[in-house]
Amino acid sequence: MKSVDIALEAQRTGRLSAVKEWLYRHNTGGRLSTLLLFIPPALMVFTLLVILPIAESGVYSFYRWNGFTALSDSGRWVGWRNFQFILQDPVFHQAVWNTAKIVLISLLIQLPLAMMLALSIASKGSLNTLFRLVYFLPFILADVVAGLIWRFIYDGNFGLVAAFTQLFGMESFYPLADRDWAFNAILVVVVWKYFGYHMMIYIAGLQSVPNDLVEAARLDGAGRLQIIFRIKLPLIMPAIRLSIFFSVIGALQFFEMAMPLVTSGGPSGSAHTIVTYLYEFGIVRSRIGFGSAVAVLLFVMCAIFAFIYQRFVMARNTA
Amino acid sequence: MLKLKHLVVSTCVGTLLAVCSTQLVAEETVTVLHNQQDQFIRDTWDDIRVDFEAQNPNITVQLDFMDDDAMKARLPTLLQSNAKPDLYWSFGGGNYRVRAEAGLLADITDKADRLRANIGSGAMSAFEVNGRLYGAPYRLAQVGFWYNKSLFEQADVNADSIETWDDFLDAVSTLKEAGITPIAAGGAERWPLHFYWTYLAMRIGGQDLFQSILADEASFDNEHYVRAGEELRRLAELDPFQPGYRGMAYNEAAGVFGNGQAAIHLMGEWDIGVQTSESESGEGVSGGNLGYFNFPMVAGGLGDPSATLGGVDGWAFTSGNGSDAAVRWLEFFLAPEQQRKLAAAGIIIPVANGAAEAVEDPHMKQIAENIANSSWHQVFWDQALGADVGGVINDVSAELFAGEISPEDAVDRVQQAWDFR
Repeated sequence: MKSVDIALEAQRTGRLSAVKEWLYRHNTGGRLSTLLLFIPPALMVFTLLVILPIAESGVYSFYRWNGFTALSDSGRWVGWRNFQFILQDPVFHQAVWNTAKIVLISLLIQLPLAMMLALSIASKGSLNTLFRLVYFLPFILADVVAGLIWRFIYDGNFGLVAAFTQLFGMESFYPLADRDWAFNAILVVVVWKYFGYHMMIYIAGLQSVPNDLVEAARLDGAGRLQIIFRIKLPLIMPAIRLSIFFSVIGALQFFEMAMPLVTSGGPSGSAHTIVTYLYEFGIVRSRIGFGSAVAVLLFVMCAIFAFIYQRFVMARNTA
Repeated sequence: MLKLKHLVVSTCVGTLLAVCSTQLVAEETVTVLHNQQDQFIRDTWDDIRVDFEAQNPNITVQLDFMDDDAMKARLPTLLQSNAKPDLYWSFGGGNYRVRAEAGLLADITDKADRLRANIGSGAMSAFEVNGRLYGAPYRLAQVGFWYNKSLFEQADVNADSIETWDDFLDAVSTLKEAGITPIAAGGAERWPLHFYWTYLAMRIGGQDLFQSILADEASFDNEHYVRAGEELRRLAELDPFQPGYRGMAYNEAAGVFGNGQAAIHLMGEWDIGVQTSESESGEGVSGGNLGYFNFPMVAGGLGDPSATLGGVDGWAFTSGNGSDAAVRWLEFFLAPEQQRKLAAAGIIIPVANGAAEAVEDPHMKQIAENIANSSWHQVFWDQALGADVGGVINDVSAELFAGEISPEDAVDRVQQAWDFR
């Protein structure tokens, strides 16, 4: 009887010292206390404002619901039908393809353009400062304002496009009314609006490239191009990875600028992006369940991309 | 004795204070939201507002205006927020019913005696849901063909001889041959295009078809509706619209017609005002130059050619805002005196009893007679079906015109949306 007590006691003190040992190792500098004190409030806010709405829209996506009254009153369970419909809808396919187009244009035209400009005006000088300001200007404009400005530019009767067609005696052209051109017209605005932003990221990166490295390369007989490709670009790779990340996420969320340019997705919905599709068919037409299903798909796409990119591309920063 | 005196004095003072304070407190603001684009109409309403405030010094009325598409897009969220207006513009169709049933509107049935006394029960019934009243009608509307007489003369087309759809198509080709853009259309917003498809379906399928569709006894996928799409394609193949019509909103198209750049515009009678204010000269196609003809019959169609497509639109009270002040404003605004004033100014086809006689404008007079003589007044089809299915009807109409969908697939898509509503 007594020996059992002793054994238990020994076990308890053993466990206690194990806890103490664990605490000693993990709470160095009060790290654990900090975590316990500061994580709960942040986690609560995050749960309330991010996790919960995401979970809710996950639930809504299985309902047919107009959102006017509580889900329990007017919602109707439809299973996977919302998703089925979305995945079969040619307008949604177009929206996904358009979003992909923004990514492609960003990678193939916008970012190289931004890089070329950054390389040419990165060095300090008052003229360069002026150019930087001018190129950055479109980015300062609100997206909606930029959209409105370009709506006038694209006007086939009175806009810049009209002036152009008249100058060359061509037939009037209405880019935003043309099924094949409406989205390309938006792509032009995208490049115009955001290249300055990426240029700024690159300039910041380029300015942190040590001058002595460039000088050393030059002394070793490296040409201009060699300096760019062998010294500068490798050194600002982290900035490039970051700007690619921004432009892909930006493409997935692209919305405000398209609104003033085209009405409900343009001719036959040919100029929808994923988010304008969500807005038109989910919000405007009072189908909260359907809209939520689109949002869930969009979320999954964003999450997968962010995960893969962080895991395989950004991770190389530290390697 | 002293006590009684004290009591009397204090009661008097108290009552006086109470009277003063209620007069101070009764300062109320009624906010009204409408999509009215026409400046002349806005000014006329403002005159009515001034008259009303003069007679009701405790009530301030605030008239707010929004773009049509912007209002459509914002309303669902606006109505659930605190920033909502007391009264907003609404059709008496599907959306109004859904909102009333969802508790987003204020029930004013018990305050509506004076409204009911002034307005015909037919128009009023469009704003009743399950016997309760949540708003009131303001005007009637009919969609028809407005045309530019001098352009018709130039092309040697006689509007009076257009009796059938084939005649109409001939007129469009003749205009086209004369180098005139036959028709203006706001294709970006799509609802202007659904007028063609719906009118054709009305002329071909008739009232029975529409009623059985609403009662779920018939499908959109039937020979009449498919034929409506085929007849629409015949028009589309003539390439009748102004260039770039798919990128133009309704008011831009009204401007095209108002500038005399297109000969015909299929639209409700509100277009008389809008095409004027949207035209470059600010005068539009005015006076004797503006003509009107009804949507023609279609050979072999079952529909009564007198049937009209149009609307009953008016005002809805938002939940919690059916106050006495708001109701009093609407009573005043819809009273025969005001309605006569608006009718005489050519602004509305009135709903108030006896006000229709005041319509002076010959076009408006004709519309008023059309509606009165019509065997069946169909409320705007995209509104009657609700935002969801109505949106599909509008999308599909635009795609039919662009030749991107066949008449058979078009009815399929609509029926799919209708089944899944």
